[in-house]
Amino acid sequence: MAHAENATAPAILQEVKPAVLPRAVLVQNQRSFSWITEKICGIIEGKTPTWWWVCFIVACFIASFTVAGLTYLVATGVGVWGHANPVNWAWDIVNFVFWIGIGHAGTLISAILCLLRQKWRTSINRAAEAMTIFAVVCAAIFPVFHVGRVWYAWYLFPIPNSNIIWQNFRSPLEWDVFAVSTYGTVSVLFWYIGMIPDLATLRDRFFVAGNKFRSFLYGLFAMGWRGSNRHWSNYEMAYLILAGISTPLVLSVHTIVSFDFAVSLIPGWHTTIFPPYFVAGAIFSGFGMVLTLMLPLRAIYHLEDLITQYHIDCMCKITLATGTIVGYAYAMEFFIAWYSANPYEGFAFINRAFGHYAWAYWIMISCNVITPQFFWSRRVRNNTTLVWVLCIFVNVGMWFERFVIIVTSLARDFLPSSWGYYSPSIVEIFTFFGTFGVFSALFLLFVRFLPLMPMAELKAVTPAADAHGHH
Amino acid sequence: MAAQTYGLIAAFDKTPDVYHAAEKVRDAGYRHWDVITPFPVHGLDKAMGLKRSIVPRISLAGGLTGFCTGMTMIWWTDAFDYPLLVGGKPFFSPMFAFPVSYELTILFTAFATIIGMFVVNGLPMHYHPVLKHDEIRRGMDDTFFIVIEARDPRFNLENTKALLEKAGGRDVRELEA
Repeated sequence: MAHAENATAPAILQEVKPAVLPRAVLVQNQRSFSWITEKICGIIEGKTPTWWWVCFIVACFIASFTVAGLTYLVATGVGVWGHANPVNWAWDIVNFVFWIGIGHAGTLISAILCLLRQKWRTSINRAAEAMTIFAVVCAAIFPVFHVGRVWYAWYLFPIPNSNIIWQNFRSPLEWDVFAVSTYGTVSVLFWYIGMIPDLATLRDRFFVAGNKFRSFLYGLFAMGWRGSNRHWSNYEMAYLILAGISTPLVLSVHTIVSFDFAVSLIPGWHTTIFPPYFVAGAIFSGFGMVLTLMLPLRAIYHLEDLITQYHIDCMCKITLATGTIVGYAYAMEFFIAWYSANPYEGFAFINRAFGHYAWAYWIMISCNVITPQFFWSRRVRNNTTLVWVLCIFVNVGMWFERFVIIVTSLARDFLPSSWGYYSPSIVEIFTFFGTFGVFSALFLLFVRFLPLMPMAELKAVTPAADAHGHH
Repeated sequence: MAAQTYGLIAAFDKTPDVYHAAEKVRDAGYRHWDVITPFPVHGLDKAMGLKRSIVPRISLAGGLTGFCTGMTMIWWTDAFDYPLLVGGKPFFSPMFAFPVSYELTILFTAFATIIGMFVVNGLPMHYHPVLKHDEIRRGMDDTFFIVIEARDPRFNLENTKALLEKAGGRDVRELEA
């Protein structure tokens, strides 16, 4: 699809004849608008497949582990977790940061790639945003319950209470309350706004099919959307603004999460590299999770025309880039520990790599630094099974990164007499294991009842959407 | 008594067709009319002669409110209502108040943008004369429409119908109000 010769182009272009780069085809096989509608709506309108029920029941069973773990915790006390001095933050905060990080790819795809006009985002952004919201749900469980007396969790918010005392806004933990709750809220709003035109499509289709009840339900949330261009004009502007504010939001959320550590004085935490390093790690883990979720869905629902090899290549390359940034950050942390000539800082890093938790450190290095390097190879990127397996390693590695940062730093602080070794209790393990069930159950409900891909946006990137016709 | 006419609706099948038809309707001087498309068509705002959306102004107002809310809340709670000395730090400083105010700026901007978009668009409106048209059910699938309202001063049943047909519209129908 060569760009048309521009009459106003500088004369030099006539002589050097620059190569015409082919535009990547985002929807393959010249699919029509109605094919896209049928394909996406068909997932919702068809009979519930058996695999869905099997997965959903398994997911609910796994989620029951979280329910059981939390019930036992609330009934007994926060001591049922393996926390003990000096390690008072462990799996709870590891899991919190892990899940929040997963969510960041969703916002990156929907917001940053939207601003950068990366049109390939259209086929994956809806599912990635859903992933964000469900990851934030899983993340929120941990800090809320680790406060101990969970029925006082509302103390986190500045609500007048009988103690008169207010929250300490000098603390990064309080900043985090606002960052994460804003992130959750804005992610839901962004997701919902993007879905309105597609809900209207579903409303109309259920109406034609005679299913008044579902037509009513989808119609209720479609807000009476009728595709008016006067509406589209404001809608597109609102969507662009939401993308514009979600970009600084996503960067600030993980920055503030990293402040939870960086603002403290613990060796291994008190470093200025944390904000960019955490954001890169978050995006890295998030893309790992997007691929983990989208590759099976692509195979099950035969979405190869919509999630093309080009999409997989793009996601693998972002994983490679952010994974390499993370690897650079690991190296830079070591360098600064040495260069700062601070004996505590130096010890913290030697201890990470060769101390009691060296096993966790080397799992982290091999999963996060070595795994993404395979994505340099086109043959690897073309092998979806292998990509999926590598992404599982990325997910595992990023969980270990948070474990290494949080636990090794606390277990060996300034005073050797207070040093300890932390192991999780079975309650913590169950609670964390169960969050994968919570996440999967929510995601399965999303796949079954809501449009998996933004139909309106997909139609807009097909060649037939060009108002000026084909060249 | 015959039902009142809301306007005329014409269907189009291809994006360039509806785009050029919109230009013709715009040039004919109509003001109360609309194009219905299943997805935002690039450049159609210009073809319709629409002005830039005012949603950004509402967003800006929301963002400023959010930032001021954050700063004021932190000053009022920590430095005015119940000043409490923690770690020898000042009761108020724009430095530590910034992260929370920043998040509230974004939160309020998001709400202002979305509420603003709904208000400007007159949504939610679950009932609209256009939605009574049978074929409109494909308006969010793959068909485009142009609607010209009867309240437009230039509206004239025969002439407007002729204009829509000449512009390439098929199945030009009257809509009941």
